[in-house]
Amino acid sequence: MLNLRDAGSHFWDRLNPIQRKIFVVVAIAFLFVVPYLNEFGPTSFLNTPIASFKDALVYPIGMFVLMALGLNIVVGKSGLLDLGYVAFFAIGAYTGAILSTTTGLNMWEILPIGIALAMLSGFILGLPTLRLRGDYLAIVTLGFGEITRIVVLNSKFTGGTNGVPNIPPPPKVGPVVFNIMNPQNYYYLIVVMILLTIWMIRRLSVRRAGRAWEAIRQDEDVAMLMGVPTLKYKLWSFTIGAAVGGAAGVVFASKVMVIAPGMFDFQVSILILACVVFGGIGNIWGVVLGATLLAYIPERIRFLTDTRQLAFGLVLVIMMNFRPDGLLPRKKREKIKEKAKETK
Amino acid sequence: MNFSVLTSQFWSLLLSGISLGLIYVLIALGYTMVYGVLRLINFANSEIFMVGTFAVVFAETGLTGHTLDSEPLKGTQLFLTLGLAMLIAMAASGFTAVMVEILAYRRLRARGNNRLASLISAIGMSIALSEAASVLTDARPQSNPRLLEKTSLGEIAGANFRIDTVIVLVAAVVMFILLDRFVNKTRIGIAIRAVSMSEENAKLMGVNLNRVISITFLVGGIMTGAAAFLFMTVYETTKFTVGFNLGLAAFTAAVLGGIGNLRGAFYGGVTLGIMETMSAAVLGSQWKAVTVFVILVLVLLVRPNGLFGEAIQQARA
Repeated sequence: MLNLRDAGSHFWDRLNPIQRKIFVVVAIAFLFVVPYLNEFGPTSFLNTPIASFKDALVYPIGMFVLMALGLNIVVGKSGLLDLGYVAFFAIGAYTGAILSTTTGLNMWEILPIGIALAMLSGFILGLPTLRLRGDYLAIVTLGFGEITRIVVLNSKFTGGTNGVPNIPPPPKVGPVVFNIMNPQNYYYLIVVMILLTIWMIRRLSVRRAGRAWEAIRQDEDVAMLMGVPTLKYKLWSFTIGAAVGGAAGVVFASKVMVIAPGMFDFQVSILILACVVFGGIGNIWGVVLGATLLAYIPERIRFLTDTRQLAFGLVLVIMMNFRPDGLLPRKKREKIKEKAKETK
Repeated sequence: MNFSVLTSQFWSLLLSGISLGLIYVLIALGYTMVYGVLRLINFANSEIFMVGTFAVVFAETGLTGHTLDSEPLKGTQLFLTLGLAMLIAMAASGFTAVMVEILAYRRLRARGNNRLASLISAIGMSIALSEAASVLTDARPQSNPRLLEKTSLGEIAGANFRIDTVIVLVAAVVMFILLDRFVNKTRIGIAIRAVSMSEENAKLMGVNLNRVISITFLVGGIMTGAAAFLFMTVYETTKFTVGFNLGLAAFTAAVLGGIGNLRGAFYGGVTLGIMETMSAAVLGSQWKAVTVFVILVLVLLVRPNGLFGEAIQQARA
């Protein structure tokens, strides 16, 4: 079967530096005009029927891409199955909501606090549980996700069932204003966050941490025998993944302005995991593509009110049966060997 | 916090905990059987349970023509109707389980070991099944008629032995013993255990892998269907989302006892049912899931293979 990922990397390899620069500029320009695509004739079929297209670009699409990238560090890079990723999103969102409504801090000041709290909770959860075998880790993280939801649902300081209302939007940065009238500015903010995350993952992947994750994913026992401090690097991947989820949560709270426990249920964790696997686990571009599609398709077919989720479930089954490695699978080891031969 | 409940109503809480736990046991068997042979969490098992509950409603209303305000039945008629409902629930769940295996797992298995793809495929089946049920029932809760008059058979130390509680106790234990015999004594049971020890070697010994795996799903589905019947006899109402919480609890029970281990699922389910009922009484029912998970984490930290260990010593997952 055609490997789209390899086709993409061949395309990139054949370009000379100037062509590459042009390609990058075109890509960034494209990202810039995306919020207005639904207004032009030829691309107006992209419009989402219920939610406005610009809002849909922020949530679910942008948020899902960001969270899928974060989860990809945990599941894709180091092979730890996390079924409760929504917990970090919720921790970020509630930190943002509570701090911005009770203290005078604005979203930019809260962002690092939200990230830190998400990382801290990832660390506290990971320290005892990352010693467990894969499937147990899955159930414990699933439980953590549920516990987080139940705690915010039943605590006074989180507003219980009603959640937290009146969350102020972030203050403006230069000429860029954040409010309901300008959802595209949130979209640009998220694009910047996504690009930063991709940059971070790419830098980490080629450094010691990335090599350690790769070794752990392929065979944890062998990695340990080779002197990789597995628990330490598993904790790192867990906390970095949590940080991305927390950051997404803080921005999400300031965008939607009202958050409630129902937004953070188990389905979200599952959907984000589906984004990662659907797109191509471990491969950044695959994850971005998978998350974009899985977040966009349900919005696009919202007119099928009743059978929308049914169609979604069937699409997952069919996709996994015919492309089990996802749309853009990760680079195969054979290919790495091939390259090594060439350079010799 | 109200710890006095524990002493004043101890026996009553224990009884309802055990009867809830036994329903968990039967669902947990669905998870643990599949995990035993495939080393995969069957995410669709909660929807297999959901299908069973709807089958009970269908059997007791559509098929036998009772309505919600029908008089309770007596004697042979009662026995036959409930027996029919149970059989239909078991058949519906077993059939769904086999379909899940064929549609979501078989093709992926033939293409080699890809755990996450199978997991997502099963999740897709689970979403599709529950949404299909939601469309068919307009997302409204469905109730079955009270064909069985819920009389009390007597009280022991404050614990009220209602007839439906007794049915759960007896039926679940009988089903469990039958399954245990089946897996340990029959030829197919031996094949199932062989596959769970080593797929490769079982194949070399002439075991028909696909058939054994299908039968494992079937048996797990039948157990889950029995659980659905017992659940409907006690709680009398279902919804397309009914599987989620029960499935989660049952899976926790399977892990608690040591997943892949049938007797572990039994003890795990009963332990979980008792803990849930007691913690709900002490802390309020909204915190029971939290207590359960905290206990699960603590157990796994001390005993990483569950309370009773896994049946087969396995290589890391």
